Amino acid sequence: MSDVTEKPASDVAQPSRLAQMWDSDFAYAFRHSPVAIVALLVVLVLFLAALFAPWIAPHNPFDPATLNLMNGFTPPGQPNAFTQDTFLLGTDDQGRDVFSTILYGMRISLFVGISAVLLAMVIGVVLGLVAAYVGGWVETLIMRVADVQLTFPAILVAMLIFGIAKGITPPEYRNQMAIWVLIVAIALSDWVQFARVVRGAALVEKNKEYVQAARLIGRGPLPIMFRHILPNVLSPVLVISTISLALAIIAEATLSFLGVGAPPTQPSLGTLIRIGQGFLFSGEWWILFFPAITLLALALSVNLLGDWLRDALNPKLR
Amino acid sequence: MEPLLVTDTLLDIKDLTVEFPTRRKVFRAVNHASLTVQPGQIHGLVGESGAGKSTIGAAVLGLLERPGHITAGVISFKGDQISGLDDEAMRKLRGRRISMIFQDPLTSLNPLFTVKEQLVETILAHHDISDGEATKRARDLIDRVGIPDPDTRLNQYPHQFSGGMRQRVVIALALCSDPDVIIADEPTTALDVAVQAQILDLIKELARERQVGVILVTHDMGVIAETTDLVTVMYDGEPVESGPTHEIMGNPQHPYTKSLIAAVPRPTLKLHRFPQISYGGRETRFAIEDLARNWPKTDNDMSKPLFQIEGITKRFLLRKGLLPWDREYFTAVDSVSFDIKPGEVFGVVGESGSGKSTVARMIAGLYNVDEGRITFDGQVVSDLSDKAALNAYRQDIQMIFQDPFSSLNPRMRVDDIVAEPIRHHRLLAGDAIDQRVRELLDQVGLGAEAALKFPHEFSGGQRQRISIARALATQPRFLICDEPTSALDVSIQAQILNILKDLQEHLGLTMLFISHDLPVVRQMCDRVAVMKRGKIAEIQTTDDLFANPQTDYARELLELMPRLDDLSTENLEAES
Repeated sequence: MSDVTEKPASDVAQPSRLAQMWDSDFAYAFRHSPVAIVALLVVLVLFLAALFAPWIAPHNPFDPATLNLMNGFTPPGQPNAFTQDTFLLGTDDQGRDVFSTILYGMRISLFVGISAVLLAMVIGVVLGLVAAYVGGWVETLIMRVADVQLTFPAILVAMLIFGIAKGITPPEYRNQMAIWVLIVAIALSDWVQFARVVRGAALVEKNKEYVQAARLIGRGPLPIMFRHILPNVLSPVLVISTISLALAIIAEATLSFLGVGAPPTQPSLGTLIRIGQGFLFSGEWWILFFPAITLLALALSVNLLGDWLRDALNPKLR
Repeated sequence: MEPLLVTDTLLDIKDLTVEFPTRRKVFRAVNHASLTVQPGQIHGLVGESGAGKSTIGAAVLGLLERPGHITAGVISFKGDQISGLDDEAMRKLRGRRISMIFQDPLTSLNPLFTVKEQLVETILAHHDISDGEATKRARDLIDRVGIPDPDTRLNQYPHQFSGGMRQRVVIALALCSDPDVIIADEPTTALDVAVQAQILDLIKELARERQVGVILVTHDMGVIAETTDLVTVMYDGEPVESGPTHEIMGNPQHPYTKSLIAAVPRPTLKLHRFPQISYGGRETRFAIEDLARNWPKTDNDMSKPLFQIEGITKRFLLRKGLLPWDREYFTAVDSVSFDIKPGEVFGVVGESGSGKSTVARMIAGLYNVDEGRITFDGQVVSDLSDKAALNAYRQDIQMIFQDPFSSLNPRMRVDDIVAEPIRHHRLLAGDAIDQRVRELLDQVGLGAEAALKFPHEFSGGQRQRISIARALATQPRFLICDEPTSALDVSIQAQILNILKDLQEHLGLTMLFISHDLPVVRQMCDRVAVMKRGKIAEIQTTDDLFANPQTDYARELLELMPRLDDLSTENLEAES
């Protein structure tokens, strides 16, 4: 009922902040969605495994001293014919433990993916907000650039940037630069999504009376954009960044698979898949199979989580 | 209530209870409601938002939104029970024997089909007749609901009709099946006053002529008093009082009905304050004395006007074009001039689209002025470029917006919302800001603990109080109120209007009061400008305007206004 006075807050025992969150509709929706729970669990396990790779991994695949060439091509779970060493997921041609390379590879994949999405988000949100709030030719310019950007496949844009960066960096820095170039390349092909969604949402918010109230107070364009409008358009941004994360991880894997991404000295999941596909038809299937299935599990669960977020945050579907 | 002379009751609702189970608790939307409708009778259901009046209509039609369901009671139609029928059986009744008129004529017509196609389709669905016969019936219906030139209009699309004409089409559509009962849910809320009166007359005529029973759901006491034969007053899902309309209006028994009727603004009587009849623990507190104590005394120099508006014009771009002569403009405000004296409440009335809100926004500096000049306190403020002068002007004027649900940033805490003007203008610093915010919230009747909450935790009336607290934060001299109560229930409206009267009287605030509601204007304003299509039709003192309008347009507006003579005047105290 409207305007019925409630008891003053002090009379009611205030539940703790954590309990309030647990009781919220959002948490309720989460608890009743098995898909979301499983997806979150998988994502968490993979994230933690990647984060703590140096402690979890039985070997350091980047330390040549620990490698034994004799261990090459050991099938998963079986002892090696020469050294009698056993490897959970087998070894590759150099005798590197596949399980360890996956953990380290996932680190690179996730680092690149998350950094790229964050960068794309910053670019997209700022440009989207400016386009919506300023309007006029600024909006036209930003959105036309975005439209043109969309006509290129993301991979092509990334490869173009990668090629340019390769041309202008000196050879000795190329391997260090590769990761950063990858991040920028993926981010630049992904910001359009953010810009479009933020612009759409901000156009709605811009016409609400609270924005007029802020203008009446005398607030300038920047405080209005970032203090008033931005917090109100964040929920679609959250959804897109989750879905973009899955796409960015796949984009990184694709680029690395094509040989324009992470260098073999710092292999990501994509690099591992590229190395592995050479052995697919000679019987050493595990070198390809396990990195590929990890990539699939990671991308799928992040994506499912994003889908669930979108539904949970969309009041129309509730 | 004693049953009237029952001939054949069309609709008989007994002891209806509707519940919506939610995650936390079961929400009882309708609680043991009983009412009957006889042929040719209009039964009004009145109450505030959330009182459950629309839910009764939905229950009759079997259109309750899941998970809502009827948990007790019986709905009978011509003696047969219809509550609990399955979907298939309900579909046969719905639209055929019982039809419906919705609030928004924009969304209840399909924009892709002509009026004729929609009518003929509906007629054929209910009657076994030829296409030619159906077309003839459609034409007759269009004629009957008072749409001029039916032969041409029949072949037009909904967008070619005005709002009022569209609602007539919707009524014609509801009549296609010769229903016995029509449920009209806020049929005139989306329409202008002038159109509202015509639509209500039409519904009244049709009910008599075709012996149709009508349930009219509305929040508007004026609509009830003018249109209905019987009325049921709902509060919190429960009918609190029911009976013949003139009896309930003239001599209400239940305290809630009394408080509701006392809160209705009268066109004929200017009140000093709306009586505060508290019901259901509503807050009415507003600490004007506290507020006035710390308010800077402004010497209103009565000899000079505070605002001089001289020939202001605003055009909006309709069609873009690279070359100036390719562009098309719509003139929303056309050389409007008026003065506002210090300490007065100056009203601007007009129908929607008359440009009254645009005038308010030009004065507030939200829109720039294409032509003309605005002078505030001897200084030209239209197109101010001097930063210091602009800031000073902004501190002196504040605005209260129409929609309390969009005028507060949902992601900001209440204390940040109220503190924003103080921080921006650097009026206070540090803890003093916090203290002032809490004082303000306390003074507007929300209590200091409101500071830590978010806007969604408050109802519409409470939000409007937050808006008022924000507007008062800079201690302005001038307040622009743009339809400040049109989104509120009538008893909440009375509280907010009382607050505004207090502000004007005790703090000497000057106000620009924009409204489409003439009785509200009558209560609030000293002088009124009537606007029509961007121009001012006439400016008069309120008393003179209501007693003796000079222009035809103003006369027409006043005639269409509900008179409300039947309403009880108990507890009302006229202004001396």
